[in-house]
Amino acid sequence: MNTSAVPVYGLILAGGSSSRMQRDKAALLYQGAAQLDRAFDLLARHVSRVFVSLREAQTSDTTRARRPLIVDAATFVDEAAAAGAAGGPIVGIRSALAAFPDVAWLVVACDLPFLSDAALEQVLTGRDPGLLATAFRSTHDGLPEPLCAVWEPAAAAALSAHQRGGRSCPRKFLITHPVKLLEPADRRALDNVNTPEEYAAAKEALDTADPPAHPMQLTIQYFAILREQAGRSQEILETAAATPADLYAELAGRYGFTLAREQLKVAVNSDFADWSRRLAAGDSVVFIPPVAGG
Amino acid sequence: MRFRFTDTSIDTAAARHEVLDAGAGGYVSFEGWVRNHNEGREVTRLEYEAFQALALREGERILAEAFARFPVKHALCIHRTGALDLTDMAVWVGVSAAHRGEAFAACRYIIDEVKHRLPIWKKEHYRGGDSGWVNCEHCAAAPRSADHAAHADHADPAEAR
Repeated sequence: MNTSAVPVYGLILAGGSSSRMQRDKAALLYQGAAQLDRAFDLLARHVSRVFVSLREAQTSDTTRARRPLIVDAATFVDEAAAAGAAGGPIVGIRSALAAFPDVAWLVVACDLPFLSDAALEQVLTGRDPGLLATAFRSTHDGLPEPLCAVWEPAAAAALSAHQRGGRSCPRKFLITHPVKLLEPADRRALDNVNTPEEYAAAKEALDTADPPAHPMQLTIQYFAILREQAGRSQEILETAAATPADLYAELAGRYGFTLAREQLKVAVNSDFADWSRRLAAGDSVVFIPPVAGG
Repeated sequence: MRFRFTDTSIDTAAARHEVLDAGAGGYVSFEGWVRNHNEGREVTRLEYEAFQALALREGERILAEAFARFPVKHALCIHRTGALDLTDMAVWVGVSAAHRGEAFAACRYIIDEVKHRLPIWKKEHYRGGDSGWVNCEHCAAAPRSADHAAHADHADPAEAR
């Protein structure tokens, strides 16, 4: 890897219309969490900043609006339309490259429920910043996969020319430009989900996946009455608890917490989370008693 | 940052300066003060504790919502942490806007949401020496208290302190 490489930010493409799914793919639930949130948390473990790419019409959508956003730039939308090309992913990628010209983008689609830490690690470490992009070769047809790839700043001009030529397919772009292709070690990571049937199968596979065989390490922070009852403000814990609900039951038993779980909210990695969310090793968990600010 | 914490007294003159705007014809501020009584008990002092990583994030969301809902020029909210005495200022909200109506409305929106949503906790110390975490001690026996229901839907127009 070239040491002069520019930093990499994350971009989740969530501007699609989900027409085949007939439901918003970003809001589909897996393991109790919306896919957009799962993708966001996954990327946030690998890059310093993560943004959600979307169309202007989607900016008030609640699944998306609470994240840092990069809205499709009107210039690029108009440029694509004038050339007779669809907008789509290329407009999202160009908008990100224009918003931060000195940054490379780890771009992922938000319909990849099996996307893994291993896959992101592989594309980031295998990246060649001297080319326009680094992508995986599809396990299905051997062609480049544009929507789990690192796009370098130098791709901006070439993408513009591609689009002004009336072309909207990012895969065709990767086939015809100098890019690095990797053989995916995690062969399932790029399986995408487009139809209700594919969603049902993916959800079943993920929701019934075996819980971690070994206890994992979590960081728990305690505040206010829970801090006093636990007698500590923080601890690192080995636990087999699969969800925050399980974890609270375990800790309430240990410390004799007087608050019922129904009175609390929970945060995982410093944002509000569902009680049924699947916990991952290294997660930081905070239980939130009834608040009294102001 | 349009929402922040301080562990020393809030400098309202400096905060007001931050929302000044030549296009603003109105400015509304709210100060929440430490009061000497609550629910029939005589209060002598308070402690505020916050989960700052989440509170800063949620606080910014609230301010962003206020900007989306009301045509305001500037808005700022500062919350105290640590030990406070009677009459100390616990929270300050300031809003400037072209007209007074939206400044009042946005200021009210911000303080109401801050009270309901931010992970901030208040420990009251009472005359007699005992103490308690507000909203956490008495409802323990009744998980579905009215207070909790208000938290869930934010419907309760929170009383200013």
